[in-house]
Amino acid sequence: MGKEKEVRLINENGLRVDGRRLDELRPLKLEVGVLDKADGSAYIEHGRNKILAAVFGPREAHPKHIALADRAVVRCRYHMAPFSTDERKSPAPSRRELELSKVIRESLEPSIMAEFFPRSSIDIFIEVLQADAGTRCAGITSASLALADAGIPLRELVAACAAGKIEGKVVLDLSDVEDKKGDADLPIAFMPKSNSIGLLQMDGSLSESEFNQALEMSVNACRTIYEMQKETLRQKYHVEHDESEKEEVAEVKV
Amino acid sequence: MSVTHQPSPLAKLEQKTVNDIVLKGKRIDGRGPLDHRALTIMLGTVEKANGSAQVYLGKTRILAGVKIQTGTPFEDTPNEGILTVNAEFVPLAYPTFETGPPDEDSIELARVVDRGIRESKAIDLKKLCIDPGKKVFVVFVDIYILDHDGNLIDAAGMAALGALISATMQEFDFKDGEIRYKDSKMPLPMLNYPVPVTSVKVGNSIVVDPCLEEEQVMSCRLTVTTDKNDNVCAMQKGGLGVFTPEEIKQTVSSSIQKSRDLREKVLSKVK
Repeated sequence: MGKEKEVRLINENGLRVDGRRLDELRPLKLEVGVLDKADGSAYIEHGRNKILAAVFGPREAHPKHIALADRAVVRCRYHMAPFSTDERKSPAPSRRELELSKVIRESLEPSIMAEFFPRSSIDIFIEVLQADAGTRCAGITSASLALADAGIPLRELVAACAAGKIEGKVVLDLSDVEDKKGDADLPIAFMPKSNSIGLLQMDGSLSESEFNQALEMSVNACRTIYEMQKETLRQKYHVEHDESEKEEVAEVKV
Repeated sequence: MSVTHQPSPLAKLEQKTVNDIVLKGKRIDGRGPLDHRALTIMLGTVEKANGSAQVYLGKTRILAGVKIQTGTPFEDTPNEGILTVNAEFVPLAYPTFETGPPDEDSIELARVVDRGIRESKAIDLKKLCIDPGKKVFVVFVDIYILDHDGNLIDAAGMAALGALISATMQEFDFKDGEIRYKDSKMPLPMLNYPVPVTSVKVGNSIVVDPCLEEEQVMSCRLTVTTDKNDNVCAMQKGGLGVFTPEEIKQTVSSSIQKSRDLREKVLSKVK
């Protein structure tokens, strides 16, 4: 018993191990266009997660039999580097990685206007360089930016974040320790404008009301992340107009 | 790598028919939106397994078998037995099921069923420890899809639960580094009874327990696994469509309700 008591995930001031409030995100850093040869790329640091995402395409579907006559196929690989975890992870794809590749693809596909590119393939590669809980969500957030960076027409950016439960309280964005000792984890991917959820998984134990609370919390966090994604793209693709152009625009508006 | 599936050629032809019927609050097989198909469970159909269960959910037919053997515990849980769940999409079940290593669909199914059992702490794994850090019992749950008529996750989840609650193991003593098995048997120690309930979105409507035709035209599905205390212990969204948060909340609520009846049906089979 005494041993279990030592690990307190929430202190008497209601703060978590890393000093965050219950509904506070870990620090987030986003970057786009970080790789030279990929058509689109992005890098995310979310807490201690470090993840690279790259997009190739639309390009000819290969092998040919996977091609669809009326839209592009989307291919996705989520992969963790052998050195990304405490214990070395075998580079061969695990069952977990295969499942995550599928659900990540299913979360991004609704945002992609695949119908513009029949018979082609859009390939998404997510490499987790360092894992710190919440890698699938950070992977989705960065992959969506990489898709935008590749110039692929999107209905909307996809933002992803998890909520969970530690020491009986619903909290946002579990860190590694919290994920291991916590009672539940609920990762979601959300598109704010269409109010739609493309990824939702859960494990642990939540009552119905705790679930609803966790869902609200993660949806709200996704809205915040979505704004950061847009800002990241704006900074990268910001165009300097000279004065005469600005005046012209103003005149047209009148 | 995960690739967009080829849609079933029938799906496009049937899409309108299935959609129109669901829009009227009905189903192509005459059910209401929140009705399950007939559920039949038979326990102990394979005598050589420690536990087994055959589930019919409408025409979907799944056999699950439990084998209990000794093995080495994981380093981070030296005092606990091990649970592993695997699913085989047997080629005799459906024209496009092929031989070979499990594909992403069968891995997903096995992992969703696994999470339900693991996260609800259904099996008392502490009681399956023989020699801490050295020897424990491993519970293998193998799910065999025999006939595929939709909603494999729910049928598999209930077959796995049935196989676990019907499972028995030899009583044993552990002395001087050796296991001595007794003649008597004991049931596998169970603490909880998780039941998955899957709903799909067809058009803008949500229906529970999709048959194959509904699954082929659905935009997405949501599986909610609930334990005996009405707590949600595992969830999985699948498919290329999207849910609104409101749809998810509603589905969670209805799934908790639905799981009570199903759980009772499975448990009523144990003598």
